[in-house]
Amino acid sequence: MYQKRIIVCLDVRDGQVTKGIRFKGNVDIGDPVELARRYYETGVDELVFYDITASAEGRGVMLSVVEAVAEQIFIPFSVGGGISTVQQMRDVLLAGAEKISLNSQAVRNPEIIADGAARFGRQCIVLGMDALADPVMPSGYRVVINGGRTPTDRDALAWAIEAVERGAGEIVLNSIDADGTRDGYECRLTRMISEAVSVPVVASGGAGTPDHLEQVFQEGRADAALVASMVHYGDYTVPQIKDHLSRCGIPVRLQYR
Amino acid sequence: MMTIVIDYEAGNLRSVETALRFLQTDFAVTADPTVVAAADRVILPGVGDAGAAMTTLRERGMPEALGTALSRGVPVLGICLGSQIILDRSEEAEDSCLGFIPGEAVRFQCDLKVPHMGWNTIQVERDHPLFQGLQQGSSFYFVHSYYPRPAQPLHCLGTCEYGQTFAAVVGRDNLVATQFHPEKSGEAGLRMLRAFLDWRP
Repeated sequence: MYQKRIIVCLDVRDGQVTKGIRFKGNVDIGDPVELARRYYETGVDELVFYDITASAEGRGVMLSVVEAVAEQIFIPFSVGGGISTVQQMRDVLLAGAEKISLNSQAVRNPEIIADGAARFGRQCIVLGMDALADPVMPSGYRVVINGGRTPTDRDALAWAIEAVERGAGEIVLNSIDADGTRDGYECRLTRMISEAVSVPVVASGGAGTPDHLEQVFQEGRADAALVASMVHYGDYTVPQIKDHLSRCGIPVRLQYR
Repeated sequence: MMTIVIDYEAGNLRSVETALRFLQTDFAVTADPTVVAAADRVILPGVGDAGAAMTTLRERGMPEALGTALSRGVPVLGICLGSQIILDRSEEAEDSCLGFIPGEAVRFQCDLKVPHMGWNTIQVERDHPLFQGLQQGSSFYFVHSYYPRPAQPLHCLGTCEYGQTFAAVVGRDNLVATQFHPEKSGEAGLRMLRAFLDWRP
């Protein structure tokens, strides 16, 4: 049976995992490799690493994190943050990542999506999109780049459709309004995007309880759900989330040993 | 006993390597067909486009080398794209494929999202040493838009459900192949790779 994925997101800054609220006020959570191993051992289905500073120095740190994770964690993981060339994608993939997440760079230079897909296959190219509610936009959501700092003139729905046409094989859809609030996912936004594209959509931003995941799978039609704060701070474990979803009739991967 | 991983610049080499290293087995990655032809054990990995993969394999003289390895009776494991191009042809490739198992790779025609990306359970159709240690309800990681459709039911060893039933494990004689990625399927996948390394056909 096909299962909904629970993905843990690790925001990495200067070699440490951090978490903020609405992209601000980040605090350190711990060592990314240790955390990755802990989540792997408790049955997470996939991991995402975002290099949230993405400085030249940070990129070097990130590659060593990717290598260390790949050596001992045998589930898929993707890496994003500051990747702007096919050569950088290649470096990250050779270091052991499955997928590359393109966010701000894809907005600035949409060609990079097609270039990456042609070189490594669509399944390698994930569009990371940060969306902010804005009634002025046709879909009601605006694309924001640079870690939530710079609004663009792109509409979230139109950009999702365009990115998939250009070659994105998956979309990680993050709601800035919900990020880190633990008040629940933006189900309306998730459903709108998920129903409009043919590729899997990963809901991100706002998860605080297992009920929120159930909602985003049922109402938001998400194919996967990203969690961060609710597991990083120890409020819930991945097995607790999965048990809850399973009891609600949502198929998840329960056997992981 | 040395396991040879075929390098034809198709994606997930690195993850297969790290899994083999973790399993502490002797292996080498090669683009040299003479090494493949003389190997004790072969892995044909791959993600990406079937047509591009066949072009590179042909440029490197790999179809003949793999044929030689198979006729010598050594175990060969195809992974993902490696489970599709061992068939006669693929809807994704203009030219013919390797033709080690009769059949073709076809694209998903269903209402669900394509690629089929994520974890799914498999159903064993025929017993095989690859399934040694497989636990009931284990899931495996899939990422694909095409799937193998062997002409003979006998060559379908395991199936999976995604809008339809498709062959997730195919094989004949000393050749076996998984549409999913055992090297990315956690402990269940590592167990399956171990079973392949222990297989003495």
